[in-house]
Amino acid sequence: MNYLNENIDSLNKKLANGSLSADKLTKDTVANIKDENKKLNAWITVADDAKPAENLDFSKNKLAGIPIGIKDNITTKGVKTTAASHMLYNYVPVFDATVISKLKKAQATFVGKTNMDEFAMGSSTEHSYYGPTHNPWNLDKVPGGSSGGSAAAVASGQVVAALGSDTGGSIRQPAAFNGIFGIKPTYGRVSRWGLIAFSSSLDQIGVLTKRAKDSAEILNVIAGSDDRDSTVSEKEVPDFTSFIGQGVKGLRIGVPKEYMSDAVDEKVRAAVQKQIDFLKANGAIINKVSLPLTKYVVPTYYIIASSEASSNLQRYDGIRYGYRAKDTKSLVDVYVKSRSEGFGPEVKRRIMLGSFALSAGSYDKFFKQAAKVRTLICNEFDKIFADNDIIVGPTTTTPAFDIGSEISDPIKMYNNDILTISANLAGIPAASVPAGLADGMPVGFQIMAKRFDEGNIFRVADFIERNNKFYEKTPSGMED
Amino acid sequence: MKITEDTIKHVAILSRLEFDDKELGKMTKQMGSIINMADQLSEVDTKGVPETVQVVDRDTVFRDDKPEHWQDREDLMKNAPAKANGFIKVPVIINKDDDQ
Repeated sequence: MNYLNENIDSLNKKLANGSLSADKLTKDTVANIKDENKKLNAWITVADDAKPAENLDFSKNKLAGIPIGIKDNITTKGVKTTAASHMLYNYVPVFDATVISKLKKAQATFVGKTNMDEFAMGSSTEHSYYGPTHNPWNLDKVPGGSSGGSAAAVASGQVVAALGSDTGGSIRQPAAFNGIFGIKPTYGRVSRWGLIAFSSSLDQIGVLTKRAKDSAEILNVIAGSDDRDSTVSEKEVPDFTSFIGQGVKGLRIGVPKEYMSDAVDEKVRAAVQKQIDFLKANGAIINKVSLPLTKYVVPTYYIIASSEASSNLQRYDGIRYGYRAKDTKSLVDVYVKSRSEGFGPEVKRRIMLGSFALSAGSYDKFFKQAAKVRTLICNEFDKIFADNDIIVGPTTTTPAFDIGSEISDPIKMYNNDILTISANLAGIPAASVPAGLADGMPVGFQIMAKRFDEGNIFRVADFIERNNKFYEKTPSGMED
Repeated sequence: MKITEDTIKHVAILSRLEFDDKELGKMTKQMGSIINMADQLSEVDTKGVPETVQVVDRDTVFRDDKPEHWQDREDLMKNAPAKANGFIKVPVIINKDDDQ
């Protein structure tokens, strides 16, 4: 079966009244994934032996018996977790990430691990050792990245929800390219214990679903403090579903002029403007604002993220787990050959850039300067949020691009993230909700809020979704 | 800032990576353009601006140091690429015929 016309509430109702059994739901889901994977390649591992939890309690647990996809950089006990890298081609974690333990407690069903850019480094899911994922709206286009597998799996109705991770836009950009909702919560809202580290001051686990409410349901389960991750806030977690079904009257919305400049595709801007006009017509207060440092966010991000990555990825040495090169003569030989053969080209570029930015002679000029510019970027957001509840604009400058069109030009690929990176640098929550189509491909509307104010994001995303009903559309690549 | 093949060779050593001649040429060119992009940051006036290296809302976090059962040795060893007699196996580290 597929979930193109389902959501968590509708499935929960069917499971509770017995018109659908959790066993059948699991079996049909896995069968459909295996069938469609030939076309989309959205999954690295499909769980043939998937089965629902025992003693399902449909009234207590909304997620009971509901199949969910997990990005392959989130560790799952006993289930291969590769981060889409040859380096971890055979790695079977001995523990569950905290988000997985929480989902297990909520009785969700696990059906497999989704494709991604290697170690979450990329914006197209083409940097996967397991081959690119295809966009369900047009199989010749990228699904975005790095959570491209999760996004394509949800958009094509293979699962109703999937977890992703977002370091510079890796949930929001694929959500935009696939016409679904995707949220990166506030840095510190969700535990990252068990998330394979890329850039620890930016990484955040989040959710991709067709409907905003479904993400709220899942965030309710995975958010909150964790003894194993000291970066998680102890702030109280609200019921995120309580923000669904509200209006936007009086809501103060900032629209940065840099996000609606000529650098953004005209049709993307038009689709976004339509949503802004709709919010205004319903009583929201629209304010023109400015984020002048937007032109520096890409270099700031690539220096910081790559520096942290070069440090985090030191652990892959071929000794205790993962890929080890053959015919090595010394210990250093094991390190160098295993890393050189195990990592793909984009990961190597980032490690090299990070090592360079942190090395003697470059540290002040690059890493330190980027960390200072990051402060100024945070200040710009603080200033706007003093008079605005949320900031909106497009999620991406263009709709999904062709597979193969940017892979050989790193700078062009990096610039895909210009509108999403800032939220990670500032640690604020941000989401993408479908705005419409441009030349037949989905356009994402980005909503950013103050730290720990995911509530206003759900409020606005749900309001837009109820109006444009984008979720009723079937991806054009799935019609056959 | 000029990025030369020597710069890349030096950074490769720091990164425990190696590149053949063809890869080295490509990496030098690509790193050159990436560093060139990053060089734009020097345009921003950051005099007196503190650095932001994290956005956590908590100070140093403490928890009780209580022992707990975590993993079985056998499970942990399953992922090791080479092992012998219950230990992880690596090439010779100290060899009197070798300076390494």
